[in-house]
Amino acid sequence: MIENRPGLTFLAHLVLIAGVLIVALPVWVAFVASTRGATDFMSGTIPMWPGPHLIENYSRMLDTGLSTSGTPPVGLMMFNSLVMALSIAIGKIAISMLSAFAIVYFRFPFRGLAFWCIFITLMLPVEVRIVPSFQVVAGLGLLNSYAGLSLPLIASATATFLFRQVFLTIPDELTEAARIDGAGPMKFFRDILLPLSRTNMAALFVILFIYGWNQYLWPLLITTDAQYYTIVAGIKRMADVVDGLPQWHLVMATAILAMLPPVAVVIGMQRLFVKGLVETEK
Amino acid sequence: MKRTIFNNQLLPWLLLAPQLAITFIFFIWPAGQAIRQSFLREDAFGINTSFAGLNNFQGLLGNAQYLNSMKVTVIFAVSVTVLSMGVALLLAVAVDRMLRSSRVYTTLLVWPYAVAPAVAGILWWFIFNPTVGIMPYILDVIGYDWNHNRSKTDAMILVVIASAWKQISYNFLFFVAGLQAIPASLREAAAIDGAGPVRRFFDITFPLLSPTTFFLLVVNIVYAMFETFAVIDSTTAGGPAQATNIMVYKVYFDGFIGQNLGSSAAQSVILMLIVIALTVIQFRWVEKKVEY
Repeated sequence: MIENRPGLTFLAHLVLIAGVLIVALPVWVAFVASTRGATDFMSGTIPMWPGPHLIENYSRMLDTGLSTSGTPPVGLMMFNSLVMALSIAIGKIAISMLSAFAIVYFRFPFRGLAFWCIFITLMLPVEVRIVPSFQVVAGLGLLNSYAGLSLPLIASATATFLFRQVFLTIPDELTEAARIDGAGPMKFFRDILLPLSRTNMAALFVILFIYGWNQYLWPLLITTDAQYYTIVAGIKRMADVVDGLPQWHLVMATAILAMLPPVAVVIGMQRLFVKGLVETEK
Repeated sequence: MKRTIFNNQLLPWLLLAPQLAITFIFFIWPAGQAIRQSFLREDAFGINTSFAGLNNFQGLLGNAQYLNSMKVTVIFAVSVTVLSMGVALLLAVAVDRMLRSSRVYTTLLVWPYAVAPAVAGILWWFIFNPTVGIMPYILDVIGYDWNHNRSKTDAMILVVIASAWKQISYNFLFFVAGLQAIPASLREAAAIDGAGPVRRFFDITFPLLSPTTFFLLVVNIVYAMFETFAVIDSTTAGGPAQATNIMVYKVYFDGFIGQNLGSSAAQSVILMLIVIALTVIQFRWVEKKVEY
């Protein structure tokens, strides 16, 4: 703050409070809807305060789900999402660290070519190459499997670049000392590089967990067996009812459950989250 | 460049193997397939394929629906970018004034980043639902009959709001970081010279923020063009009458629902070229920033 202007500070507070309220509005409305009964939406007036059906709606969704839409219990879908998000986050970190290690600490023929092959993945979002990717996964027999859900999303140029940056800042003296002490490359990797990049891994994990949890198009395409539905893709199936109105209170309870884990991660690990966000964009 | 390296020829390939295998199977091969298919014509049952040259591309550029989709994409991307960046900049400037409360406000503003685009779509779809939503109810009071199932404009506004809402938190964080990087002495000097807050913003803060603004511009356009698929699919599904059928959605729709593989592949190739162009722009900017 440059100078003391109470009027301007007041205005800034006003803007921020309005901003916070607008940002929170959709979630509040969804939460209110998720605590209501089925008949509350028929009357035409829209409830703005929570009703008495909170526990009933949520436990019903977690245990049995909305069978009319062909979706499994939300508890199972959340488990599937968790498996997918964790496999993507851990898998990406693992293979990116290994390849960054290879690129930074070794000289070998076609090193530049390998680097470019990885770089290309940055340019091709799933949405763009959707039909051929689906054909490849179908051809490999990976439809309706956890491997099919996570493997195609595991390659990541961003994470490889990030670890490359991190490794480049690690002083050469450490490598020399390790070599003099007789450490081989893998021992150096495990005992020096891994501990030194622990915060970067954690920050990246936060971002990748959110990325994996929030995947939509890919799980929607490759899962036809309800046992493998993820929650984010499952909501859409619940909201799409052929005849009649969607069961708003149950759909909204699912929406709240779908955003709970990633939002909790962002709020609980805000510092790591901001670090991860800024680093992955470098 | 490292001075100290390990002398091993086989090990680096073993280390790279998982990354390269996945890149090849799930990225390079499908992209190659998309390029190949874009030059082929396939009949409806997938039995006969013949070389079609540039026919698929020519067909697209002469197709009114595809041209409409391009127009819709531009309107959509520009609206989302302007709306989310405008709101985020306003909030960031306001938070920049705060000393003690900035952390609390930041926490309360960043969490929508974690909400899936599909969920964001569902939330706003519910709020704007013509029968039970709040917004149509409020708009009805001021005499506006909202229905995104019928009105093209309403549908576009809905998807823009839902997509921009999710992106505000991201822009906000980067604007706050950009503002904090501007030396306070510059603004103090301007204040001593008698420049008011508004003047200081436009003459000092905003120009010095331009690297952040430009970076966010590219990121937001990429977001609006490619990552909003889920928002569209969970709200309007491209309708009504193609009004929100952005290019990424059309690739999926023509490929999976329309089963027109040649045309869908040609659209994929066009989108890949756009992504590559945007990535190049982004990287050139990164290089510039280093000199800056």
